[in-house]
Amino acid sequence: MARMKFLCDADRCIECNACVTACKNEHDVPWGINRRRVVTLNDGKPGERSISMACMHCTDAPCAAVCPVNCFYTTADAVVLHSKELCIGCGYCFYACPFGAPQYPRVSNFGTRGKMDKCTYCAGGPLADGSTAEYAAYGANRLAEGKLPLCAEMCSTKALLAGDSAMIATIYKERVLRRGYGSGAWGWQTAYKETIAI
Amino acid sequence: MRFSLRSLVAAFAVATALFIAAPAFAQQPTSVNPTAASVQERQLLDALRSGTPGQGTTLSGRITIPDASAGNLIQPQGQAWRIFHQGTMHWIGAIAILGMLGLLAVFYMTRGRIMIEAGRAGVTILRFSTFERFIHWLTAGCFIILALSGLNVTFGKFVLAPLFGEGAFAAMSQWAKYAHNYLAWPFMLGLVFMFVTWVVHNIPDSTDINWIKKGGGLVGSEHPPAKKFNAGQKVIFWSVIIGGGLLSLSGVYLLFPEWAGGVLALQFWNIIHGIVSVLLIAAMIAHIYIGSVGMEGAADAMTSGEVDLNWAKEHHSLWVEEKMGKGAAHPHASAQPAE
Repeated sequence: MARMKFLCDADRCIECNACVTACKNEHDVPWGINRRRVVTLNDGKPGERSISMACMHCTDAPCAAVCPVNCFYTTADAVVLHSKELCIGCGYCFYACPFGAPQYPRVSNFGTRGKMDKCTYCAGGPLADGSTAEYAAYGANRLAEGKLPLCAEMCSTKALLAGDSAMIATIYKERVLRRGYGSGAWGWQTAYKETIAI
Repeated sequence: MRFSLRSLVAAFAVATALFIAAPAFAQQPTSVNPTAASVQERQLLDALRSGTPGQGTTLSGRITIPDASAGNLIQPQGQAWRIFHQGTMHWIGAIAILGMLGLLAVFYMTRGRIMIEAGRAGVTILRFSTFERFIHWLTAGCFIILALSGLNVTFGKFVLAPLFGEGAFAAMSQWAKYAHNYLAWPFMLGLVFMFVTWVVHNIPDSTDINWIKKGGGLVGSEHPPAKKFNAGQKVIFWSVIIGGGLLSLSGVYLLFPEWAGGVLALQFWNIIHGIVSVLLIAAMIAHIYIGSVGMEGAADAMTSGEVDLNWAKEHHSLWVEEKMGKGAAHPHASAQPAE
């Protein structure tokens, strides 16, 4: 099976936020929750970089390690998913996540966290693939249809790559060699304990 | 003169730092220029971290969505929190709670139950009013459920999940979380009431020094004089007030994350919450032991509120003298004196 990863080429990202919009639309993500976001570092200064960030589907995922009810699981494609039936909304995965991926809908004015929501790599959840229940809880399951995550598919500059680790690493390497520079595979060191050797 | 000396020291420090750092600069380019060379994420993280003062050690930038905290791109501290929560916290909890149970078992086997030496007088004296007993049990009842539901979050998946199965365990944990969130408020109310009601009796004084010197009657058979609360009870009182206060403060931040101000603050408050709670649980196990199986006659104080006069004389002699002297509370004969 493939080892699915995201790779954001910060030298290409133009902060158009199309990935954010595509994600929200594709999965009918509730108000106040953004499964993907674009962060601009050094805004307006030399070396400005925009990075599109979501759940990186870590190897040895910290969220899964700290979850008190073991609601996380890793699929055969190495996508980190979770069960909203098991989730109790304690917030621990948010404390542990290096990328700020887990978010909680506010279910009452009393500050109670609802079931955690995060990027599913367009792979749905533990419910039956493509079912209405799965869509309502987790959003579209594009992976089951043989499609890649929509954020990367939509990306106008192809800054955001999604797919098998070896394949997207090869694409990125080719780019770096051709243009002569690259600002690195953002989040890879943190998420996968490896980076792309050029 | 003083100013110039300080600037001299500063200049020397900078020069020394540069001198030490110079070979490192020569070996690898640390001034990162992403458009000039392929750089590693780690280098960029380090460079950007030092380049964003005020942001702490997280890597943050500008974001266009309303949630400003989402501007945090990477927070490596999550790994440290994970290591704490999945390792250190387990050890602290296990040592504090199992250690206390072990100590009490040893104490029970060596000292046994502390009996009323003079036997029951058959005459009782009012120790705690209905209101005092109410606030005690309000706080205690909440605390027990808060403690169990809290322990469940840290240890439940190792202890209970294999027994119940994942679905039932998650459902139970969900209810435990609700109980934890909502019972926190009556617990805090109880803390306030207990503080207001009992603080005057819990200010340390000279009798406490004597009580501690004599081992509080826990070691040896002597009963050092004590007022309404002895030094041991004062320690329990202040543990509950300070520990409970810290738990309330950290708990409120964890319940209302937007008040805490970011994920690093939440990690900090979670660590405080975890450590203080297991220490307070250990203290409460000792408190429950000495108030029930550990001492004859002690439980009466918090059940009927009427304690046996001989028990009171042995454990709180100064308090009995005060009560009797006032004449406000005459001992109630609950049984006919056998004369």
